[in-house]
Amino acid sequence: MKFIYDFSYLTTKIHNWLYLHCSNLWVTIWEMVIVGLCILLLFVVLGLTFVYMERKVAAFMQLRLGPNRVGPKGTLQALADTFKLLLKEGLTPSASDKFLFYVAPFIVIIVSMLALAPIPFAKGLQMYDLNIGVFYVSAVSSVSVIGILMVGWSSYNKYSLLGAMRSGAQIVSYELSAGLSLVAIVALAGSMSLNDIVESQRTGWWIFKGHIPAIIAFIIFIIAGTAELNRAPFDMAEAEQELTGGFHTEITGMRFAMFFLAEYVNMFIVCAIGATLFLGGWMPFHVGHLEGFNHIMDFIPPFVWFIGKTFFLVWVIMWFRWTFPRLRIDQLLTLEWKYLMPISLMNMLLVALIVIMKWHF
Amino acid sequence: MRFLLTYIKTVFQSLGSLWKGMKLTGYYFTHHKEILTQEYPENRSTLVFGERFRGEVIMTHDQNNEHRCTGCSACEIACPNGTIRIISKFEIDPETKKKKKAIDQFVYHLGMCTFCNLCIVACPTDAIKMGHEFEHSTTDRKSLTKILNKPGSKLMKGVEE
Amino acid sequence: MNNKEEIEDLIDSHEEDFILNVGPQHPSTHGVLHLKIKLHGETVTDVQLHMGYIHRSIEKMCEASSYRNFIYLTSRMDYLSAHMNNQACAMAVEKGMALEIPPRAKIIRVLMSELTRIASHTLWWSSAGLDLGAVTPFFVGFRDREDILDIFEETCGARLTMNYNVPGGVMYDIHPNFQRRVKEFMKKFNKRHHEYDELLTGNVIFQGRMKGVGYLSPEDAVSNGCSGPVARGSGVSCDVRKWLPYDGYENVQFDEILETKGDCFARYQVRMKEMLQSAKIIEQLIDNIPEGDFQAKTKNVIKLPKGEFYSRVETARGELGVYIISDGSMNPYRIKFRSPNFCNLSALKHMTIGGKIGDLVAIMASLDLIIPDIDR
Repeated sequence: MKFIYDFSYLTTKIHNWLYLHCSNLWVTIWEMVIVGLCILLLFVVLGLTFVYMERKVAAFMQLRLGPNRVGPKGTLQALADTFKLLLKEGLTPSASDKFLFYVAPFIVIIVSMLALAPIPFAKGLQMYDLNIGVFYVSAVSSVSVIGILMVGWSSYNKYSLLGAMRSGAQIVSYELSAGLSLVAIVALAGSMSLNDIVESQRTGWWIFKGHIPAIIAFIIFIIAGTAELNRAPFDMAEAEQELTGGFHTEITGMRFAMFFLAEYVNMFIVCAIGATLFLGGWMPFHVGHLEGFNHIMDFIPPFVWFIGKTFFLVWVIMWFRWTFPRLRIDQLLTLEWKYLMPISLMNMLLVALIVIMKWHF
Repeated sequence: MRFLLTYIKTVFQSLGSLWKGMKLTGYYFTHHKEILTQEYPENRSTLVFGERFRGEVIMTHDQNNEHRCTGCSACEIACPNGTIRIISKFEIDPETKKKKKAIDQFVYHLGMCTFCNLCIVACPTDAIKMGHEFEHSTTDRKSLTKILNKPGSKLMKGVEE
Repeated sequence: MNNKEEIEDLIDSHEEDFILNVGPQHPSTHGVLHLKIKLHGETVTDVQLHMGYIHRSIEKMCEASSYRNFIYLTSRMDYLSAHMNNQACAMAVEKGMALEIPPRAKIIRVLMSELTRIASHTLWWSSAGLDLGAVTPFFVGFRDREDILDIFEETCGARLTMNYNVPGGVMYDIHPNFQRRVKEFMKKFNKRHHEYDELLTGNVIFQGRMKGVGYLSPEDAVSNGCSGPVARGSGVSCDVRKWLPYDGYENVQFDEILETKGDCFARYQVRMKEMLQSAKIIEQLIDNIPEGDFQAKTKNVIKLPKGEFYSRVETARGELGVYIISDGSMNPYRIKFRSPNFCNLSALKHMTIGGKIGDLVAIMASLDLIIPDIDR
């Protein structure tokens, strides 16, 4: 069971076994196939878990029970929903731009899969350790706005167009603040590679070590991340009460399921990046150089730490959704350009000062 | 300088108001005794109704299958939309050997009833009252037309005065 | 966008505006209402109202019924203030008969009306939160409304369309548990009203959506015939319970809430404070219900003398007027209802032009319309 604590035992074993039986080219191809299958499995599991979690969290915050009939305590509800979506007819409006309409869901799914690449799920369990990990994730997740604009335009529907336009403006603005808040941690850690950032938190998580600027950066990141995901309180683009569906008014059936799934996996990615950079990724809770305490914390496997932190951030984002009303589109953009952006820039200066003077722990 | 101070104060005040709202939902999330959901089909045996609950109109019969309806049609006149129709017949009273009007069928259209209670208030002999049955949905329209007096029942003695 | 010339400029100049249909089936129009909005980008330049989708000819049906029998139909007009609608009709018929109702019946009517007002404002608060995107206030508000509806079910027999007020008084005496349950509810209510403030009123996002949006000047409010919280939010004092007290309101102490700002947030504040005033009225009266009859004796068949009779009542949304023209027979010749929502809706155009779509939703939420009352 040693591989629970360090997955590189398992991965090197599989790599050596493949090496014995195939040539170099086939080893690469088989490894890519295995990783691809794991990602698909992850997508499915994440989709089902988050759908169930969202409904249960919403229900408990609203004084009700949530799904409790399908399966024990309602756990099979997500499967029932998927089955229902599979059976629905996939309508295509006759006057729509067919090529864009078909391609759009694939773009959002591909972007979500790409952004999962550098995230370290546990020690040794990482798809590819890019040396520009943070930058890569930021850049790739911007491409998803193209998918939304495509579907909004090609639906040939006024509501969809309005929703897509709003969404485009919103995502493009909030990427700036999200990126700048990540820069704060990159400056503190000294590297953009996610593995290095996690290793640098061996003596304590950055949210505690880089006191004030790290906390400000964390709050800004959570707010900007929620806005990036088109989730309440920033979900003007799909506001039911005003636009009866926004940019996904005309999508039905499995296509809708793909957008839905991509949104949940994006939420996982944003929370995973937040957990990795601010809360230590798979690193257990260490305090400075207290060897005894750190050793006790090490008993819990890193995988459990990572999942715990990510799901905690996911719960916080769901908490936002079910408490606050929606912001109007111009208030949303005001919040970004007049409040979050100047504060992020000041924060960046503050972090630079702290790194130079070595005033962090 | 003042602008900067108001700016920072705005930021902190906003965050404070947001946190107050979040505290409330966080409280509801953790305290499950506040949950109000009643699990409906399973709790049928424990449902409590007030005695005046307006379910549907029923005619009370006692153990001897007798009712109190004299066929006076006060409820039929009081009903605003013709839900009640009384069909009466003449029968010979065995004691006094006289012809008397009695009720043959009390037709009640459940599909048209608005549950306004005017018929119950108008009845002089307390023959009808509101029952507590609320699950009236059915797949057959004919079952919504009900005959309220049970077959073989007759008027209780001493009701008309 | 409050400058008159700017707004007129905006309406006349653009040809490439597009028209959006909001409704009749739409999650936020509180009923079946069809609005045709002309949009220039995100800004609204024109609003046309199409109503009549739920016209059920209630006034015509009333002509075919007798004076006792038409009251149940009015419960279905403004179904959230059902008691007050029935009270207005019963009062009009009593005026025609020149009948004085016993004091116990008057106090019971006042108690039921104020409970209905709290229930109606609670539902309004829940759906205002829902329209603006916050889903949790919906459940929190309905929890309180459930307590009130349970009280109604015990005394009147029904929860929504009560038909409890009859010409002469009320249909049944109050249930023995009524006073105890109302007192328990009042204790819980004051604490829960504080929760409403925490969840929505103090929230910076909510205030940003409602403050400065949908300004209605007092002159526009009066010229459109607005009444109720819509007019009181612009500073027009028009509470029927204060100006022309009826049925026991003469002896009750309460304040009329007026706000001067005239925007959505002012109307919101008026309704929140009115809930507390209703609670004050109930607490004054619940221990002092006089003994006596609950219904005055009337003939079996009511016939009004020839003439015209008008009665007015303050429902949760404004002033409801019932106008009966009688020709001496058993059925009324003509009944006309002056509905508060119809006049409140006509002020929509003044408030919306120049704002954004998001503002339209906030304005509809603050107007608190019930569409079946507009179409009857």
